[in-house]
Amino acid sequence: MARKEIIPKKHAMPCQTPAERVKNFAEVALGYSEQTAMAEAARCLQCKRPTCVDGCPVEVDIPGFIARVAAGDFVGAAQRLKEKNLLPSICGRVCPQEDQCEARCTLSKKFEPVGIGRLERFVADTQLWLEPAALPPEPPLPPASGFKVAVVGSGPAGLTAAGDLVRLGHRVTVFEALHKAGGVLVYGIPEFRLPKAIVEREVQALQRMGVELRTNFVIGKTETIDELLANSYDAVFVATGAGLPHFMNIPGENLNGVYSANEFLTRANLMKAYRFPEYDTPIHLGKRVAVVGAGNVAMDAARTALRLGAEKVFLVYRRSHEEMPARAEEIEHAEEEGIDLRLLTSPVRILGDKENWVTGCECIRMELGEPDASGRRRPVAVPQSEHVLPVDTVIMAIGQSPNPLVPATTPGLETTRHGTIVGDPETGKTGKRGVFVGGDILTGAATVILAMGAGRKSARAIDVWLRDPERKW
Amino acid sequence: MFPILAARTLAPLVKEFVIDARPVALKAKAGQFIVLRIDETGERIPLTIAGVDATQGTVRIVFLEVGKSTRKLGTLGAGDSLLDFVGPLGNPSHVEKFGTVVCIGGGVGVPAVLPIAHALKAAGNHVIGITGARRADLLILEDEMRGACHELFVTTDDGSRGDRGLVTDPLRRFIAEGRKIDLVVAVGPAIMMKAVAAATQPHGLKTVVSLNSVMVDGTGMCGGCRVTVGGQTKFVCVDGPEFDAHQVNFDELMMRQRMYRNQEKTALTRYDECRSAQPREEVTSRG
Ligand SMILES: Cc1cc2nc3c(=O)[nH]c(=O)nc-3n(C[C@H](O)[C@H](O)[C@H](O)COP(=O)(O)OP(=O)(O)OC[C@H]3O[C@@H](n4cnc5c(N)ncnc54)[C@H](O)[C@@H]3O)c2cc1C
Ligand SMILES: Cc1cc2nc3c(=O)[nH]c(=O)nc-3n(C[C@H](O)[C@H](O)[C@H](O)COP(=O)(O)OP(=O)(O)OC[C@H]3O[C@@H](n4cnc5c(N)ncnc54)[C@H](O)[C@@H]3O)c2cc1C
Ligand code: FES
Repeated sequence: MARKEIIPKKHAMPCQTPAERVKNFAEVALGYSEQTAMAEAARCLQCKRPTCVDGCPVEVDIPGFIARVAAGDFVGAAQRLKEKNLLPSICGRVCPQEDQCEARCTLSKKFEPVGIGRLERFVADTQLWLEPAALPPEPPLPPASGFKVAVVGSGPAGLTAAGDLVRLGHRVTVFEALHKAGGVLVYGIPEFRLPKAIVEREVQALQRMGVELRTNFVIGKTETIDELLANSYDAVFVATGAGLPHFMNIPGENLNGVYSANEFLTRANLMKAYRFPEYDTPIHLGKRVAVVGAGNVAMDAARTALRLGAEKVFLVYRRSHEEMPARAEEIEHAEEEGIDLRLLTSPVRILGDKENWVTGCECIRMELGEPDASGRRRPVAVPQSEHVLPVDTVIMAIGQSPNPLVPATTPGLETTRHGTIVGDPETGKTGKRGVFVGGDILTGAATVILAMGAGRKSARAIDVWLRDPERKW
Repeated sequence: MFPILAARTLAPLVKEFVIDARPVALKAKAGQFIVLRIDETGERIPLTIAGVDATQGTVRIVFLEVGKSTRKLGTLGAGDSLLDFVGPLGNPSHVEKFGTVVCIGGGVGVPAVLPIAHALKAAGNHVIGITGARRADLLILEDEMRGACHELFVTTDDGSRGDRGLVTDPLRRFIAEGRKIDLVVAVGPAIMMKAVAAATQPHGLKTVVSLNSVMVDGTGMCGGCRVTVGGQTKFVCVDGPEFDAHQVNFDELMMRQRMYRNQEKTALTRYDECRSAQPREEVTSRG
């Protein structure tokens, strides 16, 4: 192959301008055009031993689909992509490619990596809105195995496992506590990063493949795992996520106007409170908002608050910019939109009035001391540096842990002190016969693609176990 | 979809539905609740399970039309369906043989306390019921309460039925008379439960209340339902809904219940305007 001139940077992603987008909930990033996608695809070196694929938990044939984009064969590209990734329009939008495939791209040694995520999104979107009849036919399913698998939770881990298990010939029912499938994809990640219609569309595709979905069904309440196993399911995959919000246990946290990020985002996203009163669920619209935390969840809460009409949004974080755990792109977007970062700052109490409404958030300044167990420098309070941020809303985005509902109602499942269920990281096998686990409930809060990878691994392990005549555990 | 099999009006603005929801009916125990959604734009509405028929696979709910969502719910009737219906949520009531138990229901707390009274009676307790309402025509399910209790006392604010006064009056009288009471269970408006707690606390009388904080998911995922109990934050939907009345911070609960007052007003006004612009027929032919 003739050596080609390398374009050092990724083709830019067209975006709504910050001034425009803070007034709406429409998607921030607009996606590549066909020309840009083909030009970006042409940057791929088509390595003989593609290292990028090692960085993909679901093993997408990255050079394979990119070669087809470069050739203008978008249908072929989509087929290639979907062989391995059941939720490509979602991954193309929310995966931290900078830590996964793109981090291992050969180009990234000297230049910016190929925009794999942007290409994935482009390719998946070319087919997203086609009528099912217009899509290339699905590969035929293998003969029915006769086995039934229950999947608990419809987040990325559960959906991926369900799709894979159907493709392996099993009958699958997904049980979801909420009224909509998608897990964090529908209740947490906001519309402006991941339009809910896309999640719905990808879930419908799985249903067409044969996945049965039962929403409004809380495992541990409506039925227990033991009942599922006794009443017709041969195996259970638990993928209930990490949905229990943490609070700081500081004074004033139960004042009106204090939210967990989960509640704030659930009201806005799942319940569409940003369209109140057309939709019935209300949300408290603060004029001045403090968001505590600096992960993706905090960025989403802060940017949602802006779009709901807040005049000023502070982001309060006890460490420095460098330690902020959110994706670089999200932090950048948040800063462009005017979020006021209050770094090395930590809330000590929330102040309120007689009617229980928030009037301010008292904070203390921090400085970084010696490294702690996580290797990051431990924040230490600076004496006498208390000050009050005048806000009327405080959103706690300091992490979530697993909901105890399933472990508490399932004898034989062991949990860690973080509340996660103990299971083999390679297969998801738990201490309880027939029960597998994966996603955030196994690892603690992580990412969409890692949850999908876990779903895939467990689906394989479940298949092997079900077909093993001895069924050893 | 969850069909409404039967609907009836129990009192002005109070309606009873029987819903086809087998999985819930098979599992529900006294003290638990469901969350429903009427339609795609609807909010998640928590309501107590006011009885089930496990063989028919049906669940009874009773609701008071207080705002837009419950008002919209009230326009539905037999033959209509609810989009979402999930449960049973929350922990069941703790039922054992305590001895003598006083079960107090105020307003739409009556249907909530009814299954608890039944269960306590079945467990061998002597059950004394107290039910109250503002006026006689607002008093609901009196006969069923009578069936669930060994003795029933009725109060109305204006004396139009039973004794004039509040539900706490008979309770205070029993205490003053020195009747042996082993447990008090009270379900109703927060202000009523607070009054019951205040009446029993000085006498160290064990009292349980079922809280109705503002909820979203009802599964422990949002924390919106949190209350302070014994100085600690609890999520009503998963840690409750029943708590030791003497530990509950009722003032905080009541202030938190008012969190969306302005938005609720907006929603209701807008709803009424939209509906008055439509022909009234549909409204009156049902329910
Ligand atoms: C606001 C926010 C933003 C994020 N942004 C990103 C991002 O940009 N990129 C990224 O990669 N990751 C992001 N993450 C993390 C990512 O979303 C999660 O790691 C991922 O969704 C975990 O998938 P899961 O399938 O394990 O669980 P979840 O997505 O949490 O799904 C679990 C599902 O199980 C259901 N469930 C729970 N208990 C029961 C029960 N008892 N019975 C039935 N159903 C039950 C829940 O209702 C839920 O639907 C974000 C997370 C949040 C909260
Ligand atoms: C566990 C539980 C059990 C309940 N059982 C019953 C019952 O059996 N019968 C009955 O009539 N009512 C019951 N309620 C109260 C009922 O949920 C509310 O009256 C209803 O949601 C009001 O909605 P709305 O739009 O009609 O009124 P709105 O105008 O929205 O509100 C009126 C008042 O209702 C309360 N409320 C509003 N939204 C919610 C919400 N999402 N969750 C809880 N409370 C809310 C608030 O205190 C508010 O001030 C219960 C509540 C809980 C938490
Ligand atoms: S209602 Fe969301 S945690 Fe209780």
